Amino acid sequence: MSLDYCIALCTATVVAATPLVFAGLGELVAERAGVLNLGVEGMMLSGALAAFVASVTGGGLLLGFLAGALAGLVMSLLFGLLTLRLGTNQVATGLALTLFGGGLSACLGRGYAGLPGKALPPLQLPLLSDLPVLGPLLFRYDAAVYGSLLLVAGVSWVLFRTRLGLVLRAVGESPQVADALGHPVTALRWGAVAFGGMLAGLGGAYLSTAVTPMWAEGISAGRGWIALALVVFAIWKPWRVLFGAWLFGGMTVLQLHAQALGIAVPGEFLSMLPYLATILVLVLICRNPRLLRLNQPAALGRVFQRER
Amino acid sequence: MSGAGIPRLRLAGISRRYGDIQANDGIDLTIMPGQVHALLGENGSGKSTLSRIICGITRPDAGGIEWDGRAVSFANAAAARELGIGMVFQHFALFESLTVAENIQLALPRAAGGGALTQRIEEVSRRYGLPLDPRQQVATLSAGERQRVEIVRCLLGAPRLLVLDEPTSVLSPAAIQSLFETLRQLAGEGVSILFISHKLDEVRALCGHATVLRAGRVTGEADPRTTSSAELLRMMLGEDPATCLLTPREPGAAVFELRGFSLPADDPFGTSLRDIDLRLHAGEILGLAGISGNGQRELVAALSGERRGGSGSLRIVGEECAQLPVAARRALGFALVPEERLGRGAVPAMSLADNTLLTGARHGLAKAGFVDSAATRERARGIIERWGVRGGGPTALAAQLSGGNLQKFIVGREVGLSPRVLVVAQPTWGVDAGAAQQIRQRLLDLRDAGGGVLVISEDLDELFQVSDRIAVINHGRISAAQPAAATSLQGLGELMSAGTFTRG
Repeated sequence: MSLDYCIALCTATVVAATPLVFAGLGELVAERAGVLNLGVEGMMLSGALAAFVASVTGGGLLLGFLAGALAGLVMSLLFGLLTLRLGTNQVATGLALTLFGGGLSACLGRGYAGLPGKALPPLQLPLLSDLPVLGPLLFRYDAAVYGSLLLVAGVSWVLFRTRLGLVLRAVGESPQVADALGHPVTALRWGAVAFGGMLAGLGGAYLSTAVTPMWAEGISAGRGWIALALVVFAIWKPWRVLFGAWLFGGMTVLQLHAQALGIAVPGEFLSMLPYLATILVLVLICRNPRLLRLNQPAALGRVFQRER
Repeated sequence: MSGAGIPRLRLAGISRRYGDIQANDGIDLTIMPGQVHALLGENGSGKSTLSRIICGITRPDAGGIEWDGRAVSFANAAAARELGIGMVFQHFALFESLTVAENIQLALPRAAGGGALTQRIEEVSRRYGLPLDPRQQVATLSAGERQRVEIVRCLLGAPRLLVLDEPTSVLSPAAIQSLFETLRQLAGEGVSILFISHKLDEVRALCGHATVLRAGRVTGEADPRTTSSAELLRMMLGEDPATCLLTPREPGAAVFELRGFSLPADDPFGTSLRDIDLRLHAGEILGLAGISGNGQRELVAALSGERRGGSGSLRIVGEECAQLPVAARRALGFALVPEERLGRGAVPAMSLADNTLLTGARHGLAKAGFVDSAATRERARGIIERWGVRGGGPTALAAQLSGGNLQKFIVGREVGLSPRVLVVAQPTWGVDAGAAQQIRQRLLDLRDAGGGVLVISEDLDELFQVSDRIAVINHGRISAAQPAAATSLQGLGELMSAGTFTRG
C-alpha cells in the first residue's frame, strides 16, 4: 500500500466522520441537559434536504449550511414544544420526529433527487496545504471540517470550564434540585435542544454538500442513530465523540475500499461492519457500570415540569 | 432574645392545598433574629410543605409573608435566597456527579469557580467546624459529609434565616452534637434558625421556642425546655401516646435457620457474609443490632432470595432454600419489609392498590392469572383504614405518600399476609413517634399470633422494646443471640463497634 493511498484513506475517514461529529456533539449537549432526542436522524435528513435545495437553487454553499441549520432548528423546536412545554414522553416524541423528518424530506425532496449538487471545495492554505505528506493529510479539508473541530473544543470548554456549562450539567443531573436552587431549568433545556437541532442540521448539510453532493431519499442511512450511539460511546464527553466518529468513519471507508478491491466477502456483510462495530463498542462500554453512572446525566429522558 | 424588636420572618394565615389534602391550613409563625425555633409535628403534618413555602419553592394558596417587617412574596427559590433564606433539605439537594465546590458554586448567584471559591469554602468550613474537601465528588461522601456540604453552601450565601428540614435523621450521634454546636454558634451571630423535626429530645436540647403542627394546623406554641415531653407529644398527636407490651411467650419450632452460611459480596462497596449461625423461632422476635453497612443489606438479600447461592445451609420453615427464587420463598410463608421504601418496598409510580397486588397476587388477589381488581382495591382500602395511612385512598401513588405513611402501608401489607417469617429492616426510620409505636405493636401482634419476626435496626431502644432475643451483626458476622433481658446496652455497643468478634 502506498503512502498516497494511506493518506487518501485517512482524509476520506475524516470526511465520513464529520456529519457524525456535528450531530453527535449537538445530541451530547441536549443529553447533558437531560433531554434525550431520538429525532437526530429526522433532523439530519431535514438539514440535508434544506442545504441541498438552498445551494443548488442559487443560494450558494454558505446559505446552504445556514438553511440546513435552520431546518434542524425548526425540527428541534417542534420537539421542544412537545416534550418541554407539553410534557410528552421524550423517547416516543423523538422516534416520531425521526419518522416525520424522513417522510417530510422524502416528500419535499422528490423533485431534487438525481440533480447534480454543489460540492464544498477544500481550502487552499498558503504554505501549509503544500507541505509534503502533512499538507494533504491535515491542511486540505473543507472549512466545515475545521469548523467541526473548533466546535468540539468550544463545547468541551463551555461544558467543563464555564458557569453556563456547570448549570447545564446540573440540570441534566437533577432538574428538581437545579430548580430549587433557582436555575432556569426549562429555558436551559430549550437552549440545549435548539443547539442540538442546529448541529444535527449542519451534519445533514455536510452530507448533501460534501460527503455525497446530491440529494437522495434517506441519504443519512442511519447516521443519526450512529450519532446517538456515539454519545453513549463517548460517555458524554465531547472529545470522545470526535474519536468515536473517526472510528466509525474509518470502518465505513475501509469497507468501501474492501468492496472495491473485490475481497471475496459479500458486500452486504461488509456494509454491516460499521454498525456491528458500534454495537460491540457499546457492549464493551456497558461492562463498566461505574464509568457510566458517573458520567451519564442522571435525569436523562425524564420529563420535568415545575409545580405551580 | 425573642420578644422585642421586629421579627425576622412572620407568616400569617399560610394555606396550601394539594388535591384533596389540605397540607397547610392557616398557619401563623413568627421567628425573631437569633432565635432557634423548632417546627414540631408528625409526618404528614405539613412541616415540609411549610418549609418549601418559606424557601420560595412552593407558593401558598393564601396568606402573607413578612420579612424584617416588610410584606414579601417569592417568585422562586432564588428570590428567597436573595433575601437571606437558606435551606438544608431533608433529602439532600446535591448533584451526585459534581464535586463539592461545583455544588456550592451552583447555589451562589454569579459566583466564579476555581481557587477563590475553594478558599472561601475552606474558610467557612474551618470557622464553623465543618471539615470538607472541596475537590471531592459528592457521590463518594457519607451522609454526614453531604449535610456539611449543604450547610456550608447555605453559609456562603450569608443567610439570615437557616431552615433545616429533619437534619439529624441520617446523622450519627457524634455528628448531631457537632451540628448543634454549629447551629448555636450561628444563632449567637444573629442568624435565625428554623429547626424542623419530630424528635423531642433534640428539640429540647437545641431550641428555645417551638411551634407544633398537626394535620396542617398550628396546635400549640411552647418553650420546649420547660414543657414536658408528654405535653408536646399530646400537641403533636392529639392524644396520649400508646405504649406496647412484650408478654413472655414460649417460642415454637424454627422458622428459619442459617448454619455456617457465607456469601461473598457482589459489589465492591458491599460486605461479605461470613460463617453465620442464626435461628428464628415461631412466636419470637429476634432483634439484629448493628451499624448499617455491616452486612444487613446482604443478609436481607440472601434471606429474601434476591441473591441466591452462598455456602452453608439456609432453611426456611425446614426447607433448604439457598437456591430457591424469591417467589418460592414467599410461597413458603416468607415476607419482607425492606429498608428502601420507594423502589424496593413499593413501586413509586404505582397506586397503593397495585402495590398491594405485588405481594398479594398469590394470596387471593389473582385467580388463574387474572387480577381481581375489586378485591385488590378492597384490600388496599382495608390496610389504609386499619393502619391510619394518610395521604389518599387506594388510587394514590406510592410516591405521593410521606415516608412514615408509606412505611405504615408497606408493613401493613406484609403483616396482612400472615407470614410465618417476616423480615423487617429499619422499620421505623424517619417514621414519627406515633406511627413507630403502632408499627412495633403490629409486629408484636404477629409474634403473638405465632409468626417469627427478624427486626434489623440501628435503634437499640427499639430493639429492647420488641425483641425476645438480640444478636449483633458486625463486619458480616453475627454474634450468638442472647435473651434481651440478659443483654445490656453497653454490651451491645461494644459488640457493634468491635473490630471483629469471636462467636460465642
